[in-house]
Amino acid sequence: MFGKLTWSAVPLDQPIPLAASLLVALVICGVLLWVVLKGYVPYVWNEWITSVDHKRIGVMYCVLALVMLMRGFIDALMMRSQQALAFHAPGFLPPEHYDQIFSAHGTIMIFFVAMPFVIGLMNFAVPLQLGARDVAFPTLNSVSFWLTAAGAFLVTLSLLIGEFARTGWLPYPPLSELAYSPGVGVDYYLVALQISGVGTLMAGINLVTTILKMRAPGMSYMRMPIFCWTALASNLLIVAAFPILTAVLAMLMLDRYLGFHFFTNEAGGNPMMFMNLIWAWGHPEVYILILPAFGVFSEVVATFCGKPLFGYRSMVAATMAICIISFMVWLHHFFTMGAGGDVNAIFSIMSMIIAVPTGVKIFNWLFTMYGGRIRYSASMLWALGFMVTFVIGGMTGVLLASAPADFVLHNSLFLVAHFHNVIIGGVLFGAFAGYSYWFPKAFGFGLDERLGKAAFWCWLIGFYVAFMPLYAAGLMGMTRRMQHYDRPEWQPLLLIAAAGALVILCGIGLQVAQLVVSIRTRDRRRDASGDCWDARTLEWSTPSPPPKFNFALLPQVAGLDSYWDMKHAARESAQPDAIEPDYAAIEMPRNSPTGFITAFFATVTGFAVIWHIWWLVILGLLGAYATFVAFAWRDVSETRVPAAEVARIDRANRKQRAQTPQRGFS
Amino acid sequence: MNSAALPNGVKLPDSAHGPASKRIIVGYGFWIFLLSDVILFSSLFAAYAVLSTAVADGPPGRQIFDLRNVAIETGCLLASSFACGMASLAVAQRNPKWTQIALLVTGLLGCAFLALEFREFAGLIARGDGPTRSAFLSSFFTLVGCHGLHVTAGLLWLGTMMAQFLAKGFRRDIRYRFLCFSLFWHALDIIWVAIFSLVYLVGVTQ
Repeated sequence: MFGKLTWSAVPLDQPIPLAASLLVALVICGVLLWVVLKGYVPYVWNEWITSVDHKRIGVMYCVLALVMLMRGFIDALMMRSQQALAFHAPGFLPPEHYDQIFSAHGTIMIFFVAMPFVIGLMNFAVPLQLGARDVAFPTLNSVSFWLTAAGAFLVTLSLLIGEFARTGWLPYPPLSELAYSPGVGVDYYLVALQISGVGTLMAGINLVTTILKMRAPGMSYMRMPIFCWTALASNLLIVAAFPILTAVLAMLMLDRYLGFHFFTNEAGGNPMMFMNLIWAWGHPEVYILILPAFGVFSEVVATFCGKPLFGYRSMVAATMAICIISFMVWLHHFFTMGAGGDVNAIFSIMSMIIAVPTGVKIFNWLFTMYGGRIRYSASMLWALGFMVTFVIGGMTGVLLASAPADFVLHNSLFLVAHFHNVIIGGVLFGAFAGYSYWFPKAFGFGLDERLGKAAFWCWLIGFYVAFMPLYAAGLMGMTRRMQHYDRPEWQPLLLIAAAGALVILCGIGLQVAQLVVSIRTRDRRRDASGDCWDARTLEWSTPSPPPKFNFALLPQVAGLDSYWDMKHAARESAQPDAIEPDYAAIEMPRNSPTGFITAFFATVTGFAVIWHIWWLVILGLLGAYATFVAFAWRDVSETRVPAAEVARIDRANRKQRAQTPQRGFS
Repeated sequence: MNSAALPNGVKLPDSAHGPASKRIIVGYGFWIFLLSDVILFSSLFAAYAVLSTAVADGPPGRQIFDLRNVAIETGCLLASSFACGMASLAVAQRNPKWTQIALLVTGLLGCAFLALEFREFAGLIARGDGPTRSAFLSSFFTLVGCHGLHVTAGLLWLGTMMAQFLAKGFRRDIRYRFLCFSLFWHALDIIWVAIFSLVYLVGVTQ
């Protein structure tokens, strides 16, 4: 009846996962109870869960990322403390649990923190920057988000029911094959990633179509804000790379569930094919993450230096060059496979070449700052911290790209330090820069700058203290994923690294405090102007928060940095409100619970697949099909915002803009 | 919003004409999806290419491929695509009767294809040459089966489409949906042509 699921799946004998999962369950129940008791259910259902507004969905993506960041960071703290203690000692985490923790840490941080964070920022900002009213397929957008959330839910569920994979964040066969990983851990990984991967692919298709087909009149390609260019490159990579992930995970599932022989040691299976296929997705994936971050930094640097971005065209060229070259370097993740000198040399050279466009970008940001009047806001600090940190990470990357050096450094802590260097210093700093940059646009009030800057310094210092020792430990020969060790010279380094993780913990604490304080004091942080940073792109021409339809009239774009030109032209003519435009009614997509219900059935089906409950799989699939048909059958898919309503909202915006001088947040 | 020039008479490049029409957006988005689907299949083709010689102790392709069966399958699928094209014409003319007939023929030919494929698979498994026999057979069943799964999903979609035309008529959104369906159905043909040539035709010579 219940397949492999029995009471023994609940880890009653393991205090740490049990306590952790009960805590998570308690928090979830607490939040649900609070929503119900306060009578917020209709609000949450109508305004958020069923919303197809790209801004709301973007915000929900970012919330998901921040919540999962907590989970992933707790895993990180446990690993750092285990390694600090485990010199000639077992530490406090048994190997089978420690292995799950490093696997969950990597999986969560990449798929459920970094991905939703950058997709959330793109979802929120790209249509606004393009002068569009929503994304191309609003309901599909909601489906994408909820499928991602379903994946995150399944990974979290593995804490309470069953176990998670012990195979690392990429389940290399033959270890991940049924013979060596008979539990449900790898199945949790595979199913959660298949579900969220479909969501990501849909999000990619949606944003590519939006960027290529829905720009405001006058916005030719070379007038797109640079964040939209990086979003385009990133989403093209999603469309081109995620199907490979789906295919390779499906092959592993077939091996595990039906006894196929793709990656087994027997019957002609080829485990190295898994490495090739997974990294053919995996390397573009790191650029899927970093390119939007590059875009955020470009917007932030231009805004806070009060100058147009230096070398816009070269920035576009560099972005698209990275987009293409990122597909030609995957083999550098396993030089040690033994493909031979020629093959390794080619991939070595390609990997070094991809550093060139990235270098172009760094110089563009530096030259944008040169001669600018720099305002050191929290967003700008993240950008500055990024530039220094990312250059170091990039250089260790070029070092690893050299095949002979890689033979020594492969799978060592040097590698771990390198990719944290670029992912924390690049992707995460970029996400945080975007978070503090667009927060006032999303909610109409700004974040506390003082706490934001304090959080930045904790993160920056904490990062260096935590990861520079790992470079050293790696050079001294320490491999990654060690549950214990017997080399005395490594322990001091690991103790320092643990201290660094605690400094980062302070940074996260300050960020939570920043959010709480800012929400409590929101009334005096209101941004009436809609353009609190004196920025350059179209999203700042709307009120904060923007109305559902974004723009009362589609903006006419006459150049790059179009909003900057518009507002300066208006100021010079000194009569911005001279002529009131003719307002017309606007058709907006209607809310739909399709995304939420689809994700519900995806979760049920996924859970049933993990535990081999086949009747429930069939039921879940039927439910999903019924949901699609019900959605396809609806007769009214749009609501009309009457012209009077549009006029009322836009008049208020124009009035505020005429009155309020520019200001920032303190 | 398709103004080719700004009020001051400056000509705009093609990319600056403003948002495209709904029909273009829907079709374009679906094309991008199809491209991603093609990449999914290319991964399976790559796996097949790597494993096609890994027959272990199982049979190689030339012993199990029956070109006559494959030829009939191909005929069914191509004819089905033709019928789907006829359905497009009927939709363009807003002719409900011929739309339903053409879609029915499309579906029946698709079913015939699936039945033939199912018979081929069942025969192989009954002989002990199922996907668990060797890596080559694993990749063969996965590649061809994935195409079969797409055809199955397409048939489900087709049935829903027919019901929608009956219930809702030639409404705008239904027509756009049908545009996507026909793109999907033709794309499956293209993939089948690749399977036919690279798996079966090359397979029998090896």
